Amino acid sequence: MNKLSVDHLLGIKNLKKKDIELIFKTSDNFKRIINQPIKKVPTLRDITIANLFFENSTRTRLSFELAEKRLSADVVNFSSSSSSVKKGETLIDTVNNILSMKVDMVVMRHPNPGAAEFLSRNVNASIINAGDGSHEHPTQALLDSYSIREKLGSVAGRKVVIIGDILHSRVALSNFHCLQKLGAEVRVCGPSTLMPRYLDSLGVKHFTDIKEALIWCDVANILRIQLERQDVKYFPSLREYSMVYGVNKGLLDTLDKEIVVMHPGPINRGVELNSDVADSQHSIILDQVENGLAVRMAVMYLLAGKLKK
Amino acid sequence: MKNEKQIVTTKQFGIMIERLAHQLIENHKDFSETILVGVQPRGVEFTRRVLEKLTEVSENKEINSGSLDITFFRDDFGRRDAPIEAQELDMNASIEDKNVVLIDDVLFTGRSIRSALDALMSFGRPKQVELMVLIDRRLKRDLPIQPNYVGKTVESILSERVIVKWNSEDSEDEIILLKSENE
Repeated sequence: MNKLSVDHLLGIKNLKKKDIELIFKTSDNFKRIINQPIKKVPTLRDITIANLFFENSTRTRLSFELAEKRLSADVVNFSSSSSSVKKGETLIDTVNNILSMKVDMVVMRHPNPGAAEFLSRNVNASIINAGDGSHEHPTQALLDSYSIREKLGSVAGRKVVIIGDILHSRVALSNFHCLQKLGAEVRVCGPSTLMPRYLDSLGVKHFTDIKEALIWCDVANILRIQLERQDVKYFPSLREYSMVYGVNKGLLDTLDKEIVVMHPGPINRGVELNSDVADSQHSIILDQVENGLAVRMAVMYLLAGKLKK
Repeated sequence: MKNEKQIVTTKQFGIMIERLAHQLIENHKDFSETILVGVQPRGVEFTRRVLEKLTEVSENKEINSGSLDITFFRDDFGRRDAPIEAQELDMNASIEDKNVVLIDDVLFTGRSIRSALDALMSFGRPKQVELMVLIDRRLKRDLPIQPNYVGKTVESILSERVIVKWNSEDSEDEIILLKSENE
């Protein structure tokens, strides 16, 4: 079976385990391609992809755009700050106008949870969710699990702790689904005020003590404190957060094992993660970025293969 | 009635590989500037067998080889039900300024070889590219591509299939022409 069970990538929740395995297998091939002297393949040369970013992004947007270019797709970019959205155009109108220009696939980031799903029901194109509010960020979770698989050989049976602002994080929710589907055990760590209510329903346990969490885990995925999403104070100060939940070399040295440190970026250095860890050999943060390119190429390749000509 | 016809026996198969190996030696001397590249998936086993024979008859133990995956270079993407699954790719030796021998089992429309040429060029600029195939199905060529080394030329119609079986636990080396059921 070499076909995804879905026509859009809206969230990891809708994927089957074999879909994820197919994406990983295809990513292996693209990873080889992006390390060749000529890194471009002609596969999607008759496909046009629109990148719609209704929210700021550097890494994800660059990664998608580069992945599209490596696949030889035609790319149009759109960001809400410089568009008619400011003039009051609705999402469906905006997208349908873009699709009238014969666009086959839409990569969208949007501040509202469910925006990608909404779009997939109302417009005629393959949709890739590049983050919808605090809901899902599927390609990030895929590249996180892919990086764990690459570093440790497998995801199944690994213990992964996600540390920090779980409440506002779409990366965390997508990671829960992805890791659990692949057979890893996942827990969270952080202040109780930053824990969402749905944790119990997903069977995700919560550590309040960072040391305990690190002793338990094989992999620590550290999330950014998303100050821009925090409308009220969830903890007294950044300094206090950093003292209680910040990961630094001193803390890792007290463990009697090596753990893998991940971060989806951008890092607030000195807050959730210290430079002495971020730049150490524990960290696979830059591998995550490289893998992100391969994983996104794989996702677009597999979805484009399902487009009806 | 059986719809299979054996077109190459195990014995002929061995002779063919040996002849191809000798032809390569004739043109490539000590192989220092040559790299053999098998096209995934089925050209790879053929390459391995040619290499085996080459090292046996030329006593040259250091012949460069690689395998090439053409999945992302195909011209039928989006025209099939599902994307083709990509294969392993192993191109560690540089092809820059080398004589490349592309190796595949069956040459038919020539489209795979067209894709393989594109895929190959992603690794640099070879000095020369030659094509070796085990079977040349002469009657259906969509593109102007001709092999330099041919095991056997077969004249078969479109509905027939040529199947190359390699020596393994449940089969011997042989090549079979399969006629379609409804004829």
